[in-house]
Amino acid sequence: MAVCVAVIAKENYPLYIRSAPTENELKFHYMVHTSLDVVDEKISAMGKALVDQRELYLGLLYPTEDYKVYGYVTNSKVKFVMVVDSSNTALRDNEIRSMFRKLHNSYTDVMCNPFYNPGDRIQSRAFDSMVTSMMIQVC
Amino acid sequence: MEGLTLSDAEQKYYSDLFSYCDIESTKKVAANGRVLELFRAAQLPNDVVLQIMELCGATRLGYFGRSQFYIALKLVAVAQSGFPLRVESINTVKDLPLPRFVASKNEQESRHAASYSSDSENQGSYSGVIPPPPGRGQVKKGSVSHDPVQPRTSADQQEPASPVVSPQQSPPTSPHTWRKHNRHPSGGNSERPLTGPGPFWSPFGEAQSGSSAGDAVWSGHSPPPPQENWVSFADTPPTSTLLTMHPASVQDQTTVRTVASATTANEIRRQSSSYDDPWKITDEQRQYYVNQFKTIQPDLNGFIPGSAAKEFFTKSKLPILELSHIWELSDFDKDGALTLDEFCAAFHLVVARKNGYDLPEKLPESLMPKLIDLEDSADVGDQPGEVGYSGSPAEAPPSKSPSMPSLNQTWPELNQSSEQWETFSERSSSSQTLTQFDSNIAPADPDTAIVHPVPIRMTPSKIHMQEMELKRTGSDHTNPTSPLLVKTSDLSEESKINSSVKFASGNTVDGYSSSDSFTSDPEQLGNNVTHQRSHSGTSPDNTAPPPPPPRPQPSHSRSSSLDMNRTFAVTTGQQQAGVVAHPPAVPPRPQPSQAPGPVVHRPVDADGLITHTSTSPQQIPEQPNFADFSQFEVFAASNVNEEQEDEAEKHAEVLPVEKASDPASSLRVAKTDSKIEEKTAASAPANVSKGTTPLAPPPKPVRRRLKSEDELRPEVDEHTQKTGVLAAVLASQPSIPRSVGKDKKAIQASIRRNKETNTVLARLNSELQQQLKDVLEERISLEVQLEQLRPFSHL
Repeated sequence: MAVCVAVIAKENYPLYIRSAPTENELKFHYMVHTSLDVVDEKISAMGKALVDQRELYLGLLYPTEDYKVYGYVTNSKVKFVMVVDSSNTALRDNEIRSMFRKLHNSYTDVMCNPFYNPGDRIQSRAFDSMVTSMMIQVC
Repeated sequence: MEGLTLSDAEQKYYSDLFSYCDIESTKKVAANGRVLELFRAAQLPNDVVLQIMELCGATRLGYFGRSQFYIALKLVAVAQSGFPLRVESINTVKDLPLPRFVASKNEQESRHAASYSSDSENQGSYSGVIPPPPGRGQVKKGSVSHDPVQPRTSADQQEPASPVVSPQQSPPTSPHTWRKHNRHPSGGNSERPLTGPGPFWSPFGEAQSGSSAGDAVWSGHSPPPPQENWVSFADTPPTSTLLTMHPASVQDQTTVRTVASATTANEIRRQSSSYDDPWKITDEQRQYYVNQFKTIQPDLNGFIPGSAAKEFFTKSKLPILELSHIWELSDFDKDGALTLDEFCAAFHLVVARKNGYDLPEKLPESLMPKLIDLEDSADVGDQPGEVGYSGSPAEAPPSKSPSMPSLNQTWPELNQSSEQWETFSERSSSSQTLTQFDSNIAPADPDTAIVHPVPIRMTPSKIHMQEMELKRTGSDHTNPTSPLLVKTSDLSEESKINSSVKFASGNTVDGYSSSDSFTSDPEQLGNNVTHQRSHSGTSPDNTAPPPPPPRPQPSHSRSSSLDMNRTFAVTTGQQQAGVVAHPPAVPPRPQPSQAPGPVVHRPVDADGLITHTSTSPQQIPEQPNFADFSQFEVFAASNVNEEQEDEAEKHAEVLPVEKASDPASSLRVAKTDSKIEEKTAASAPANVSKGTTPLAPPPKPVRRRLKSEDELRPEVDEHTQKTGVLAAVLASQPSIPRSVGKDKKAIQASIRRNKETNTVLARLNSELQQQLKDVLEERISLEVQLEQLRPFSHL
């Protein structure tokens, strides 16, 4: 499913980035980085729009021939970027949304941890396991 | 895949393994995490593992369903036994030992298999330890614990493997438990040995390398270690001390537990409870934790905020990452604060970590907030623990109740309530109004759920009131006060109602039932309906009276209108008859003062005028509502003397101004007529028209207007239609007795009527405009003729 998942902080530095082991990770890192521009563009387009679930989910940021990049932004301007393999039977929008929702929930749980300093890299095992479950869903 | 036949032991073992791997309780496990580790622990080469996975069909499906998992396990056993991997070998290989998932030595393997399938003594075979839960590394440790001598050596052997395997260990029914130690008393083992914890044994091995009698060590160290442990925690003593103390404390705990467990006869019970042992909190520990909790938060039912907890646990000098993980494990409801139970769990984890235990991936069930109170009822803990854990703490009631049963109870309650909320909101949104009725219906009669929501008007209209009444009386089961019972079937009743209404109104009025339905009060109509119903017997029982009390006079509001309608009906008939017969008839004119003028010029018109006049005066006395004619009069007076050129403007003014009132509309009609009359009069006999207009004294504007109407009507044949229309319009206007004082219904009805009048008048206006044009042309031609003639005359 998801080939790469990244959590980017408000200042546009990554808090967490993880790729499926099969691919060259650097390529995904680059894709995520370039997608940040698209995310910013979408955010500014929304402007002062009131934030609700729909607007948190940015949708398909841009497709390449092999991958599709989806974006999601939280109220605190923390961005989630997910790269999905196009060859997968096209994931429905709802599924992507649910994946982002799960990501958001896990991220919130990480935030609730008093031992986590905002801005640190996310090293929570629970978060890792959740991301792993999202990424590896095919044997 | 052919059917898989498993022996009972296998069945149990596989199901436990599956539960272990099924961390999300989705009944299917992805090929990751536990499953992979499990297969790796099976000590099979990678290609064999891949082959197994392929054979069982997981690659096809993408995940391990229960059957696939079982097949895989069976294949693992097959492979481990050295048989070639074939699909058919699943069932053909007899007496297959259970798959072993341990990087274990042969002795342990055999022990494991043997003990699991047999009830026999388990002296050396702490493999029994493993039974339901994959004994993984802990199996070895179990044996170590069991036998002081053996453990030493095996512990050393297993040490390297233990750290690898330990985290994966988990009891069958709970995500992860650590078996610190099998519960066998150092003495006899009538019971099956249970596994021991992994990493525990490494320190144990190290610490105990010198000692021989574990018992002595255990008993000797029982009291001090706990305290030392705690002390060490607070003061950050050297780790070695901890390690030394650790095994003792653990052993102490184990001793306690083994004694307790020794009493149980059930194998499974023992096994399951043994899994909880490592994480169970003893009484002393618990007391200590509670004391510590009090130092931070005196109220035992209160929370420790995250920041305070952070400071406290930082004192333990554990790395932040591990503390973070401990927090994630122990903050059960993810609220950023720790209750007493959560705090104890966290504390216990910290202690364990400091003593060398690896942190589990999931919170051990014995540490779950609910289960800390259920220390000895491991079985009870297993199920609720899992349920509670999988029940997503987020959904737990915010009360943080320390008992699992309460959690379970509240959760279904929440579910129910959420369903109720959903249904409630759904219903309230579907029905636009009268939510109160919704709430009555929703819980009371789920069977009579609204099948087809029909919007209910806020303001009861006659129709709806009729419907409501019909529903109430006609339906036996429904709530008497629920208009929501309006369903699609009610539409048919609606038509019935209309017809019945018409029937009722027809008694008094003809042709005005539909309009009347909007005018009169709902109660009245309801009364009418009920009245009729009783008469017609459409609805057998009038059990549920409508909420609004019926008015004594059902047709009170319509009385005048009905009368008027009746009158108008008659009048209309008369008018029409008069109009039709106007040429021959010469009905007397009560005030023919101005009438003669136009009459002279247009005898034909006079007939009609007379006719109409005769009727109109009749109308005047009969309809006190026509007092509005005073306005009419004033208005007429004001407008009478206006120039014809202003007619258009006045028409425009009049029309919107008079929209709201019936008399105004009638006024308008008259106005129009008067204007047109003036125009038409001016066309031929300009004098006449001029004469007519100034001849219209205020006291007799009505007549004049009416006359003008009459004059107008007879003028053109096609006007007869308009006459009829006008008459109808006029007649319909007074149908609303007191538009001003009426309620909104009447006003709306009157508005509707006025709009109808407007359209009629607009049409009339256009036609008359056409006539005007013709007349003007005629006038021009006449003037031209006059001009032509005049030079002669001037000559």
